[in-house]
Amino acid sequence: MPGQSVGVVHSQRAHFAQPLALRSGGVLPAYDLVYETYGALNAAKSNAILVCHALSGHHHVAGHYADQPGNIGWWDNLIGPGRPLDTDRYFIVGVNNLGGCHGSTGPSTLNPASGKPWGADFPLVAVVDWVHAQARLADLLGIDAWAVVMGGSLGGMQALRWSVTYPERIRNAIVIAAAPKLSAQNIAFNDVARQAILTDPDFHGGHYYEHHTRPTRGLRLARMLGHITYLSDDQMGEKFGRELKNGSFTFDFDVEFEVESYLRYQGDKFAGIFDANTYLLMTKALDYFDPARMDDGDLTATMARSTANFLIASFTTDWRFTPARSKEIVAALLANGRNVSYAEIDLNFGHDSFLMADAHYHGVIDAWLRNITL
Amino acid sequence: MTPIMTTIQNRPDFDVIAGWIEPGHKVLDLGCGDGSLLKHLIDSRGVRGWGVEIDDANILAAIKNGINIIQGNLEKGLEVFADQAFDHVVLSRTLQTVRHTEGILLEMLRVGREAVVSFPNFAYWKNLRSVLDGRMPVSEDLPYQWYDSPNVRFFTLLDFEALCQQMGLIIRERSVLDEHGQTVDNDDERDLNFLGSLAVYRLTQQR
Repeated sequence: MPGQSVGVVHSQRAHFAQPLALRSGGVLPAYDLVYETYGALNAAKSNAILVCHALSGHHHVAGHYADQPGNIGWWDNLIGPGRPLDTDRYFIVGVNNLGGCHGSTGPSTLNPASGKPWGADFPLVAVVDWVHAQARLADLLGIDAWAVVMGGSLGGMQALRWSVTYPERIRNAIVIAAAPKLSAQNIAFNDVARQAILTDPDFHGGHYYEHHTRPTRGLRLARMLGHITYLSDDQMGEKFGRELKNGSFTFDFDVEFEVESYLRYQGDKFAGIFDANTYLLMTKALDYFDPARMDDGDLTATMARSTANFLIASFTTDWRFTPARSKEIVAALLANGRNVSYAEIDLNFGHDSFLMADAHYHGVIDAWLRNITL
Repeated sequence: MTPIMTTIQNRPDFDVIAGWIEPGHKVLDLGCGDGSLLKHLIDSRGVRGWGVEIDDANILAAIKNGINIIQGNLEKGLEVFADQAFDHVVLSRTLQTVRHTEGILLEMLRVGREAVVSFPNFAYWKNLRSVLDGRMPVSEDLPYQWYDSPNVRFFTLLDFEALCQQMGLIIRERSVLDEHGQTVDNDDERDLNFLGSLAVYRLTQQR
């Protein structure tokens, strides 16, 4: 992998005392956002890139913490000196979104009104709410307009939403492995994941913190299901095939096939660290995402609001958000005569491909970024 | 497949095409390679340009050239483009590589007001002589060996014009070039077919 990691990083916290009106009609009276920055903001404040996270992501996008060398940011392979998001050129910001479980205000943080964790009382947030909150963080950092807002999957949807909500505050957008809205099948998968959590006896209507327990069984199932949709059939076949853990059938329900072992491991790992309420909230934000709704479903009319230059990328083996879904966005931008490039990248890792360090994929991002005007 | 160099110097059809395009026009270049033609048109004619390419290396090269590039397969149509979205849709030295000849021509005139098509003429005398000598032609405009050629359709100027007539396409303008990029002028259509190595057409459709 060319370039270097950004090295030791630290997270910061900002408090926002101004109430935030939410898409749902609710109001968040005040909130905290945790974030990280890499590189330096230039004098013209024109080199800022906002990297938005996906369903299970957070603000720790790159580098590692001094006291946790193994805790490496989720998109570290893209960011650092000599990497596509070159910290010698750009000022990069990662933020944990509202409702998250990595430090920003969310269901697992204290509700000042009750002195107890918010739990189920935390309002459901939509992608547009995150964009408004991120805009306030930009204000705080002195950034009038982002050079780029970018992300993969749900992160890409935030970039898309930025371009139509604050067109004057975003000059370029990179939207990777995303869709302009979820399909019925996408929503169906999300609902099965939610049902796994909601029906877990340890869920306690979302107030499990008070019962000193967590719905880990449901969250584990939700993650296992999600994980299947992140990978490609081919990749699973290549990686696990029908390999048996102990070489022969045992005729019971213990782990037999390697793929079971992998999924259970991923489920356990995730259920140990992630918050179930946040998972519910993030999947709902995905389901609600549909910026064209404000234009009666006319995505072309919606993208007419945007003035940013776009790079759209999809992956051939992504069956969660297929290349066809990305092409819907491309078509809407083209119909408005916008500057847009589209790369359909042949990588075998399904939806998760967007996190991989592939030379062509990263080369495309690198080349595109080199031509933007700072 | 050996990639051909797409520098402006050895692409005389670029100048013909540039001459047909007005400043400020919206241009779509199909099979645009590294985006050289679009870059030329943007720099020399101030057009707004988009390209379509299937090949990863060309996608990267075009992005490096600062060109709007859409990855896609011409054989599958131009579904991401709206009707009459462009002033000109260019297919430069690519028609002979496309299997669905009629399909692509109709798609070009669906998304664009005008189609600009250039292709190597298989009836060029040197090509014919090569075949008479028993070997498939390899030339400036047909730079491939038969076994690694991307070309799947072999046709001549007159073949193309017959197809246009059959499809009801209107030939607005035509430019025929020899192997050195010089314009070939001849009143006899059959002689022209014999003397031209590369043909460039400007097409529209009755609406």
